[in-house]
Amino acid sequence: MSEAPLLTATGLHLSFGENHVLRGIDLTVHRGEVVALIGPSGSGKTTLLRSLNGLATPDAGRIVVDGGPGEQVDLTFDGGPRRAWGRAGRRARAQRESLRDRSAMVFQHHHLFPHLTVLQNVVEGPVQTRGVPRTEAEDRALALLDRVGLADKRDAYPRELSGGQQQRVGIVRALALQPDLLLFDEPTSSLDPELVGEVLTVMKELAEEGWTMVMVTHELEFARAVADEVLFLDDGVVVERGAPAQMFSAPRRGRTREFLHRILHPLD
Amino acid sequence: MDVQLFTDSFWPLVLGGLTGTIPLALSSFAIGLVLALGVAMLRLSAHPVLAWVGRAYVSAIRGTPLLVQLFVIFYGLPSLGLTIDPWPSAVVAFSLNVGGYAAEVIRAAILSVPTGQWEAGYVVGMSRHRTLRRIILPQAARVSVPPLSNTFISLVKDTSLASLILVTELFREAQEIAAFTNDFLLIYTEAAIVYWIFCTVLSFGQSRLERKLEQYV
Ligand SMILES: Nc1ncnc2c1ncn2[C@@H]1O[C@H](COP(=O)(O)OP(=O)(O)OP(=O)(O)O)[C@@H](O)[C@H]1O
Ligand SMILES: [Mg+2]
Repeated sequence: MSEAPLLTATGLHLSFGENHVLRGIDLTVHRGEVVALIGPSGSGKTTLLRSLNGLATPDAGRIVVDGGPGEQVDLTFDGGPRRAWGRAGRRARAQRESLRDRSAMVFQHHHLFPHLTVLQNVVEGPVQTRGVPRTEAEDRALALLDRVGLADKRDAYPRELSGGQQQRVGIVRALALQPDLLLFDEPTSSLDPELVGEVLTVMKELAEEGWTMVMVTHELEFARAVADEVLFLDDGVVVERGAPAQMFSAPRRGRTREFLHRILHPLD
Repeated sequence: MDVQLFTDSFWPLVLGGLTGTIPLALSSFAIGLVLALGVAMLRLSAHPVLAWVGRAYVSAIRGTPLLVQLFVIFYGLPSLGLTIDPWPSAVVAFSLNVGGYAAEVIRAAILSVPTGQWEAGYVVGMSRHRTLRRIILPQAARVSVPPLSNTFISLVKDTSLASLILVTELFREAQEIAAFTNDFLLIYTEAAIVYWIFCTVLSFGQSRLERKLEQYV
């Protein structure tokens, strides 16, 4: 891995008032790598993911995304006022926007646009914000929908789809932006058990195709199969990181062991 | 009851409604809605001064009688050298009034759209403004149709106040007929009936519109 990492986050701190949620997180993601974030509820997984995508602004730290020549984003957070207006607000917004153009997030609850059809949901971003001509965007969207088996749903509204189908459209909407980095926040945790597989299958294919992914997940089996690295977060710090096989079979830290035990043997 | 007088005055009253009340209500509502959207945006602004301006406006409109607002504009402003004819005065007063009430409806509707929708807009690369226009407002519009229809129907009735600044509309017509014939009970009751007919037709249109929108939500 002599190539520069796609994403480097160092020393990320973020507080909500008194609640110090991220306490110095370091994270490196290389191109083509799949990183899984695991950890107990409230440990800061979602907040970390949102920081990487510009939906949340850290108080301190640095995020560098190297999207190739001319596509560099290098942000240093200095805890300036978190106002949404005036010069500070504009600066923060410009920072967020530059990050967001490099990555795309798939939410826990799909957040599809309910007033738009499946196809319109997918082309909205490329057409409105990336200047892609509508017919071209639609062709690409249909090809992507076809890949996840949803081409025949192009004119359906999100509410007419099952949870698994909605989440697959959510993934296609993210893919259509052609991001350098895909972020997944527990994309299967709000699904009925029998629908989880169809979403994980799509994610696994994306990983095999070489997409760079950071995913929050509680599907340890799945993480073991596709992730190159697993980070265990607790209380806003990375307690342990390593290859999934090693971490799941022989965790080094007590807190990791306890957490894994709770997930694998919830009744003990 | 003087049936002849009733039938003779029915069409003049309806005509007063069609040429006075309804155009007055429609134009004030249209202008008022644009204003309301602006005020709602002020109310939602992260900038404390802008938010305060929005709040102050809504408070001033909702905290004072419409009749007083109307009189300030028509009878008050001339002493500042600003004389406005009855019709435009009424349109200004009613628009400002709708601006205050509808702003709260629109603001609540915008707030009712889940924050995940804003975030999804940002994720696909949209600015705040574009997310508002393409993602949030279409969803908010559906939520606000029922309360805004109510605002409109109230406005239709409130336009009767314009008779007090000499605007020719349904109620002004009724006052003139009543003064001429001296049958106040009959004519004013008839005016009430004509208002009721207008409002009933409008609420019928409202429920049809709502049913139609429901299919899309
Ligand atoms: N917008 C917010 N405002 C205030 N506090 C927040 C906000 N978002 C998250 N928090 C707090 O930050 C902490 C971390 O939340 P976060 O959602 O990142 O945890 P998580 O690891 O994703 O948990 P889960 O597994 O339940 O999704 C929690 O204590 C939460 O209450
Ligand atoms: Mg979470």
